[in-house]
Formats: sequence, structure tokens, C-alpha cells
Amino acid sequence: MAELTYLQAISDGLRSEMRRDKRVFLIGEDVGVYGGAFKVSAGFQEEFGPWRVIDAPLAETAIIGACTGASMMGMRPVAEMQFADFISCGWDQLVTVAAKQRWRAGTPVPLVVRLPSGGGFSGGPFHSQNPESSFAHIPGLKCVCPSTPEDAKGLLISAIEDPNPVLYFEHKHLYRRIKAEVPEERYTVPIGKARTHRDGNDISVITWGAMVHTADEAAQQLESDGVSVEIVDLRTIMPWDKAAVLESVRKTSKVLVLHEDTHTGGFGAEIAATIAEEAFEDLDGPVKRITAPDTPVPFSPVLEKAYIPQVEDVVAGLRELAEY
Amino acid sequence: MATETAVDVVMPQMGVSVSEGTVTKWLKREGEQIEADEPLLEISTDKVDTEVPSPASGTVTQILVQEGETVAVGTKLAQIGGSGAAAPAAAPAPEPEPEAAPEPVAEQPRVPVAQPSGNGKFVSPVVARIASEHGVDPNAVPGTGRGGRVTKKDILDFIEQGAPAAAPAAPAPQAATPQPQPSAPPAQAQAGETLEPVSAMRRGVAEHMRRSLDTSAHVTSAIEVDFSRIVAARGELKKEYEATYGVNPTYLAFVARGTVLTLPEYPYINGELRGDSIVTRNYINLGVAVELQEGKGLIVPVLRNAETLNLLGIAKGISEIARKARDKKLMPDDVQGGTFTITNPGGYGTFHGTPVINQPQSAILGTYALVKRPWVVQDELGEDVIAIRPLMNITLTYDHRLVDGAYAGRFLRDLRERLESWEGDGG
Repeated sequence: MAELTYLQAISDGLRSEMRRDKRVFLIGEDVGVYGGAFKVSAGFQEEFGPWRVIDAPLAETAIIGACTGASMMGMRPVAEMQFADFISCGWDQLVTVAAKQRWRAGTPVPLVVRLPSGGGFSGGPFHSQNPESSFAHIPGLKCVCPSTPEDAKGLLISAIEDPNPVLYFEHKHLYRRIKAEVPEERYTVPIGKARTHRDGNDISVITWGAMVHTADEAAQQLESDGVSVEIVDLRTIMPWDKAAVLESVRKTSKVLVLHEDTHTGGFGAEIAATIAEEAFEDLDGPVKRITAPDTPVPFSPVLEKAYIPQVEDVVAGLRELAEY
Repeated sequence: MATETAVDVVMPQMGVSVSEGTVTKWLKREGEQIEADEPLLEISTDKVDTEVPSPASGTVTQILVQEGETVAVGTKLAQIGGSGAAAPAAAPAPEPEPEAAPEPVAEQPRVPVAQPSGNGKFVSPVVARIASEHGVDPNAVPGTGRGGRVTKKDILDFIEQGAPAAAPAAPAPQAATPQPQPSAPPAQAQAGETLEPVSAMRRGVAEHMRRSLDTSAHVTSAIEVDFSRIVAARGELKKEYEATYGVNPTYLAFVARGTVLTLPEYPYINGELRGDSIVTRNYINLGVAVELQEGKGLIVPVLRNAETLNLLGIAKGISEIARKARDKKLMPDDVQGGTFTITNPGGYGTFHGTPVINQPQSAILGTYALVKRPWVVQDELGEDVIAIRPLMNITLTYDHRLVDGAYAGRFLRDLRERLESWEGDGG
């Protein structure tokens, strides 16, 4: 076991798969010579050569289109969007072609798109978004959102192994902030399985990505109030672990759904609706959502802090549910 | 991957007041084929034990409730058809559809029982469910939630503490008349004792008996009836009935026929006190109490429109419903809508009893052992002599709220005269 940052764990996972399987290659803007905007692939071109670590032009359509074609020809491409926000340029290739290919022609499309996402560093409206719900809505795409170094490595390996297009949302705010023991050997974390981040009895928080850590801090504060909070880290939002969520809801009967994405149509809405539909008789209070508001992400640090759910917001929400 | 449509089999509603049922036996296993209307399982409720027929033809793909489990009405018990648990074999490489893990937890729909919210406090879904499962009135639970709302924790603590009386700070609950069964602490067997679980039927009987005694003002009057003519009539009919119709003209059938002929003149005895009204009827649905295998319970199947049946029809009807009750073939309609009941505890020699009225009826007739006794009769000269006569005691237990003693007395007198002077069909 080595102690790795979240970012190092991603590099580690990617490197292990590239060493193991010659079909795996990386393509993206500045991923080669520069080692990636966030240095995830630093040293990769030296190790694997320019044909497996490809610097692409500023054209997400081309990057995803190339990956789609390569995957259909038997390769295992990993595309890096420099920022998750830029994926909208590749929407057509991803949604119209890659996601539907299996149904149209029965061809597997084993591609991975790495998406550095999330805010918290004054990146502004084009470098801070969390677009996972847009893609979770598209049948044929899988969306994973690791929150810990261990899951970052294990889920990336699962994503590369998976025969379907998988969007891998890596949270920029966690890159160098989170550090933990990560097994050195190769391992996978199953796609579609949630993880109980914290055991509790009174309120369930359903969340993923960086918000797992926000929720954890809030839960610690609630401990002094005698309120025991359970945190379910979804890890994957499509397919999402409905059984784990419902199990937690049946235990606590009060739920807070927390995400950094905007409110309306965010993936939390799907979770809240499912809880209302399938665990209605286990509820002892309204299903509460804490999310970003329905606006673009602001530049101003003050505004951004008001925009992204903070520990205080989660504490207030948990208290409200506890008192209900 | 279209498969045949899945059809759910749910716990049926076996009478308006029945909220749950117990699966006693599965007649098919998962994977077996079944035809529509073929019996799939046997259930036991507090009203009736019966078979549940399959709603569709197909494969039994899932059995969700095991034998011995008690579940709410409407709970899914099994699935016929559909892909069921047997998932299609793993596709070669790609799995196009992101599938969440199987969700066994999602398959326990429960039917909520509406809770009274007398004091207007909001009752959350989970509190309503727990309240109905434990027979607790949520209004009797001290609430610590917002605005005094009863939280899940409040009601669980309340139940854990045992009887509602044990709740210290209960804000003066308007004592709901018969306090719903507090969830008693689990029984502990003392040395030399054994414990067995209370069946759904036993619980139903217990609740009904107690409720009946709490509702009606029970009074019992008895008559002694000389059965000489009936014994003679039966002797003549028995062979013919058995040979021609396969029916035994029992003494019970004679009493039932006599009762049906007498009741129209005493509508209150075939009536009901319903709220502020007295209900009388132009028909008689005659309930006959039937004992199930030794001590297993008692059920009262109903002979509908008994006023339209002659002695043969009644004898046949009683034997049929009794057989259905013992074979667990009774349908909900067979046990509902009775207007008057006859019970026959005389089989073991009992000569008197005080039965409990089958609510919401207003009376129940008891028949007892037929015994030969010395009896004072008049000879052809009008002199008193002692003769040996077959005698039966018959009781009428009636609800004195509706039926007075003299009224009941006249009914019994007429019944006795009719039975003692039996001719032909009793008319």
C-alpha cells in the first residue's frame, strides 16, 4: 500500500492498464508532451510513446469520434477532456454515435472519457461544471464519480474494462486535497455499487464526488447534537445502486440528497423520485435536496462559495431534518 | 428481449375487515407451469382459510412470501410469467444497458392502513405503517418532532416501552374506546410450559369474541323440545335422501328449517342494530358454525337466502358449506353477509351453553344433545303419564339492546311448537 493523492491514484490506474493491455491508449489536449493540464499523464508519453499518448487538436468532436471508431475496431481508448465542460462539443459523437452503437449494430464501444469536473477554485462558468446528470439521462452511457483515491483507481480500471462508453468524472477539487492508502496491485471497484462512507441511524445523506467529503464534515458536526448521519457514496450514478439507497432510507427514514450540480433535473431529482416511489412508507420526513442553484458557476470566490453547497449548508439541512 | 407479460399474485382481500393473511402452503414451486384458475397457494386469514387461484397461465417465476409468513392484503406473493429472477445469460462482451444491482428491497409493497388523525397532527408514512403494524394509535404517542409531530423514533420508543399506559408524558390521549392491542412484551415460557404462535384465525376469533361481548348485551333463554315427530320424520326420509341425493337429513337441518320458517315473524332476531337504525330484512342468510380440525378454529360459512330452501335444500347446503370449510375451499362470499347463526355444540353431549353472538347479528341459536328423557305427556284420556321421549335443549342468545326477553320467548315458543308438530317439510 502506498499513500497516493486522488490524482496520483488516477495516474496509477491508467498506467497499470496501459502497461497491461496494449489496446489501451490515451488521447486529449496536451496529454502528451505537457503531461495533461493537471499532470495526470505526466511521464506517460516517455513511457508509452507518442502513438499511445496522443496530443489531439482542440476538437472534442474529433477526440471522441476517433475514440468511438477505435473502440469499434477493438481498441480501448481513454479520452481526456481538458475540462468536463468541454464535452458539450463532443455531444453528438458521444450521444448519437457511441451510446447507440450497441443497439444499432451490436458493436461494443469500450471507450472511456475522463472528465475533470467540479468547482471550488474560481474556475468560472466554463471550467467548473458537473454535467453528469445530462449523460446519466442517455441510455447506453455509464457515469462514474469516484470520491476517494482507492475508488479513483479501481473505478478507472473498471471503466477501461467495461465494454460500454463510460464517462469518468474526476473531481478537480479532490486532485491533491485527498490522500489515502491505495493498493499497489491491480484491482477493480464494481460499477453500479455504492459504498457506505459512514454508518448512521438517523438521517441518510445520498451523495457522490467531492460532496462526500462535505457531507462527512457536516456529519461530524451533527454528532455533537446526538444525531447519527449515514453517508451513502454512490460512486456510480449510472447505473446507480438503488438497493443500497433504499436500504439506507428504510433504516433512517429521513433523507438528504446532496450534489454539486445544479438543482433542476440534477441526478438528485431522480434519486428523490425513486425514494418517494419505492420507499414512501418508510419516510418520516420530506426528501430534502441540497444542490447548487440553477445558474452558471460564478467566478467570484465569494459567490462561488455561496453557489457550491458548503459544510454549513449541509449542517443546516441535516438539523432541519433532525428536528422535523 | 420481450418476454411474456408478468402478472403479479397478491394477497387477496378476504372480507372488508381483513387486513392481512398468512401463506400456509405453496402448491407450486418456482419454475413450475400453472394454468389460469389453477390453485397456486393456500392462505389463512382471520375470516377464512382458502386457496388462491392463479390469475394467469404461465411459469411461476417468483415466490416472494414463504410459508408461515403473514403479510398485508395487496402484498405481492408471487409472479406468473415475465422474466422473473432468471436473468438472461450474460451477453458476450458488451452490456449495453446500465443495470442497477438487483433490488430485492424494492419488492415489498405494503398496503397502508389509513390511520385516524383525531387531533389533526400529521402522521408520516412510516409512522402510519408502524402504527398499523403494531395496532397503535399514533395520536396516543407523545410526539417530539416539529409541532409535536410523532416521529418514527417516538413511535418505536413507545412500542418498545410496552403498553401505552407506560408512556409517561402522553398528552391525555382521548382513550380510544377499546384500546388497540398494545404490543405485549414477547411471551416467555415458564418451566413446564410450551409456546406456540397465535394463528391468524385464532387472532381473528379472539378479537371477534371479545368485541362481540363488548358490543351486545348477551342474554340466553332455553327451551326443551320433544323431538319425537322429527325423529320419526328423519327415519322415513334418511334412506331416501341418502340414496337419491347423497344427503344426510341431520337434526341440525330440521332445526335450521324450523328456524327459517319461524324467523320472518320475528324480524329483529334476524335484524341488526346499526348506528341509530334498526335493520330488518326480507331474506335470511343463515350462518352455521363449523369447527375446523380439532381446536384449529371456527368458521361460520353462510347459507344464502335460506328462506328459499326446503328441508332437502338446507340439509344439502349445510353439508356443502361444512365440507368446503374443512377442505379450505370457502370463498370470501361464503363467509360474509350472515344475518342469523346456528351453532351446534351438542355433538359431544353438551346439554346447555351460552354462545357468543356473531357480530353484527342480533342473535344466535344453540342446539344441544338429543337425549331420551322421562317426559310428562297426556295419554288419550287426557291423563298425565310419564313417557320416554327424545328431547333436545335449544338456546337463543340474543342482544338485549334490540331483542327483549318476551319477544325472544315468543320466538322460542313458536319454534318449539313447529319442531314438536313437525310434518312433511316443516311448513
